[in-house]
Amino acid sequence: MPPFPQAAHTALADTQLRSNLRHATHTIRDKRQRVVDEVDQWEALRTKGAQVKDDMLAHLDEHLLTLEASLTARGAIVHWARDAAEACAIVAQVATDHGVDEVVKVKSMATQEIELNEALAAQGIAAWETDLAELIVQLGDDLPSHILVPAIHRNRSEIRQIFLDHMAGSGRPAPADLTDEPRELAGAARLHLREKFLRAKVAVSGANFAVAETGTLVVVESEGNGRMCLTLPEVLISVVGIEKVLPRFADLDTFLQLLPRSSTGERMNPYTSMWSGITPGDGPQEVHVVLLDNGRTNVLADEVGRQALRCIRCSACLNVCPVYERTGGHAYGSVYPGPIGAILVPLLKGVGHDAQVDSLPYASSLCGRCYEVCPVKIDIPEVLVHLRAEVVDAHRDGWPTGMDLAMRATSVLFADPGRMSLAVKASGVANRVVAGLTGLPGVHGRSLPGGRAAIGRLPGPGAAWSDARDLPVPPRTSFRTWWTQTHGGRDETAGGRS
Amino acid sequence: MLTCINDTMFPETGKAVVRLLRRLGVDVDFPPGQTCCGQPMVNTGYLDEAVPVVRQFTSAFEGYDAVVVPSGSCVGCVRHQHGLVARRSGDPALVDAVAATSPKTYELTEFLVDVLGVTDVGATFAHTVTYHPTCHSLRMLGVGDRPLQLLQQVRRLRLVELPAAEECCGFGGTFALKNAETSVAMGSDKVRHARGTGAEVLVASDNSCLLHLGGMLSREQAGMRVMHLAEILASTQDQPAVVGS
Amino acid sequence: MTARDDVLARVRSALHTATPRPLVAPDQPASRSPETVSGTSDATRGGATSGLVDLFEERVADYRAVVVRCTEAEVADAVRHGLADSGTVVVPDGFPDDLLGLPTGARRVTDDGLDAHALDAVDAVVTLATVGIAETGTIILDHGTGQGRRALSLVPDRHVCVVRADQVVADVPEAVTLLDRSGAATRPMTWISGPSATSDIELDRVEGVHGPRTLHVVIVV
Repeated sequence: MPPFPQAAHTALADTQLRSNLRHATHTIRDKRQRVVDEVDQWEALRTKGAQVKDDMLAHLDEHLLTLEASLTARGAIVHWARDAAEACAIVAQVATDHGVDEVVKVKSMATQEIELNEALAAQGIAAWETDLAELIVQLGDDLPSHILVPAIHRNRSEIRQIFLDHMAGSGRPAPADLTDEPRELAGAARLHLREKFLRAKVAVSGANFAVAETGTLVVVESEGNGRMCLTLPEVLISVVGIEKVLPRFADLDTFLQLLPRSSTGERMNPYTSMWSGITPGDGPQEVHVVLLDNGRTNVLADEVGRQALRCIRCSACLNVCPVYERTGGHAYGSVYPGPIGAILVPLLKGVGHDAQVDSLPYASSLCGRCYEVCPVKIDIPEVLVHLRAEVVDAHRDGWPTGMDLAMRATSVLFADPGRMSLAVKASGVANRVVAGLTGLPGVHGRSLPGGRAAIGRLPGPGAAWSDARDLPVPPRTSFRTWWTQTHGGRDETAGGRS
Repeated sequence: MLTCINDTMFPETGKAVVRLLRRLGVDVDFPPGQTCCGQPMVNTGYLDEAVPVVRQFTSAFEGYDAVVVPSGSCVGCVRHQHGLVARRSGDPALVDAVAATSPKTYELTEFLVDVLGVTDVGATFAHTVTYHPTCHSLRMLGVGDRPLQLLQQVRRLRLVELPAAEECCGFGGTFALKNAETSVAMGSDKVRHARGTGAEVLVASDNSCLLHLGGMLSREQAGMRVMHLAEILASTQDQPAVVGS
Repeated sequence: MTARDDVLARVRSALHTATPRPLVAPDQPASRSPETVSGTSDATRGGATSGLVDLFEERVADYRAVVVRCTEAEVADAVRHGLADSGTVVVPDGFPDDLLGLPTGARRVTDDGLDAHALDAVDAVVTLATVGIAETGTIILDHGTGQGRRALSLVPDRHVCVVRADQVVADVPEAVTLLDRSGAATRPMTWISGPSATSDIELDRVEGVHGPRTLHVVIVV
């Protein structure tokens, strides 16, 4: 993947994409706001969510051991995975042991993160995504672009075409007379997937929460595809990030209020499934749980970044982010897009090795809306700035970039007011030079602060600014010169107006 | 503190702040040791480079009762990031110095409304304006509707609401350069909303955002002016602010 | 070193390395008591007050589920009505006979370990519930007596669910506390808020993807 600015370039040029994104993000953010406003104690609830997660993380090892013991006592088989490769291998082994060449899947960020589908495909096992949006993405050989609504970048007519072109290739074809009505499209997905649900022997899921004291796994969803996968097959494998643990069943009260409202903007999502190990006569009789690290312990070791492990994958931050709204999820080059992706990916993978990862903390104007809506109070702007410092530090021994040189020079300048005064005087001179060379004071209709002449186009790196924005010509007299000349403004006429 | 960008690029804003505060009976000084809050370095990740700048800030403003800044984002940096930079320096004296200066640093409208307790500053400005609340004053500092309270008391001023006012303008410091295309896409929407109000002047409390938005309005030949809030609050019947070049 | 030991060692090392920072702005703690955490009014507290049932009814209907309220004597009729023209109805063990009303000509199917395909051929299911949540319009099945195993209330396209008014609690915290105390926490559970739905296509909500497309809730007062 190219670094964010280059990837964003493609997305910004796609007007259909921008219109789809704008509609979708604004619809969900408005819905969210309405249901959040219904809750008097929303702020207190956010704080509680953050505290429960922080307390849990501070004793993560103990809670993981409790979870393992509870699950084992309830008949589940617990596996541990250091990284993606280990986790994928565990899932593939279970599937192979049962002799299957396909598994059905509930939408799960953890399994996308470890690229499980690709790993299973390499073993000759097809992994069928069953969430409608994931199905659209999978059939279209596309990438998800949003945590909650992965096909947010597609409109109804694009979806219709994908169904007509690709459903037949992996099972029951779409009806030939399929229209682009959402109800009909959903109906086509229902029929296409039902045959898979009914015959599947092995299912793969993630979990929104894993309760240590009871061994309860929780999956929150809307369509019922989750229930199908969690209930009908004989074998269930759940890949669970180690940060998903909640100490007690009672902690669900907070998160089952925070998550649906923040995520889909509903008081409650249609279906929440909870199960603990095996229940004789009900649901899968062989249950595996894979506890996944894959960089999470790196995040835990970062005292500023650790708060990112509170994340409950609601995607509220995506829906309010002005950058995400304009670039979409693909520009982030990861299954975790948007503001949370811009911190989570560098935290999980580490910075300083990959230009794409290093570009992510800069993919933000630091406007702070993500922090405002985060149900577990992750201070995303703070973590972004922290990661930017890590990126800079990781490259300090290398060949200096233009930005490195500029920042070092500015630092030297600003550390010494004497040097700054000289520089400011020089800029006044520069003003006259620039104005003389370009005849800019003659530019009319330019409207900059101070209502003065503007520079139209800059050469070199300045073009990043001036491609779409004028820049005011520096004033002849800086404020500090005026202050000195007018004795602190007491004799205003002496300095005159710039 | 005036801020580096106002000092070098927008001296009229500084003069307006001085006139306004003097008019309200404040003893104003401009310690020449001041340079920059360090935000450009901090927000781009250059914490080592920010250390001497923050040190310079604390030494320049030592001993004053209040540091008033006509920029929400610079105050945001002073209050929320100077501590981080000081800890990075490993110098306990700097940590203490920051702990002394940060809490007495105010964004202009906070100082007017909370410290001086005024919303009517005796200003007159006979134009239609729309106000863009910048992200850092809105979300990092929580200045709320203080700027609007101040504008509502300005004589002859007509205030029109800016649609989607709380949306970021896309400036974001070095974001405007590192992700110029996204920055401009965000700015275009802000400018479209602003122009749609029919106001003559787009007002904000931060000249860095206005540098970006003004640069776009200028390129579009929109005929709409941008002005810092301080210049409007400083404008009086006798000494009106000039609109238009 | 096993993956388990390694992951645990990394966790411990991370916790040893980094000092967690206290959460800024420790607001007033979110109380567990529903009257402060939820948005519901005092009138909705403490069991089956009529305000609570009203809210439950209103919120279930918000999801475009069908809700009817009736007396104990009227339940069988309400169930029959809810089953509409279903030709086959699966009735879980323990569902009370006196609450069961079947449409004329409908066949009662007993769950004797029906496989998924057999269940797919059934038109409807009728179940009891264990808890109802007023604020969110949620019914909770813990798949105990009269509720059937999970697949029963999933595969057939129509679900008629009978909830007693005294099972309705105010909000999510109250429901969680109740389930925790009753020992249901280790049972499989399904929380249902309206029929199956998706908003994956242009955020347009469509009811009914994989779960029952019709949810019919009978509240017994």
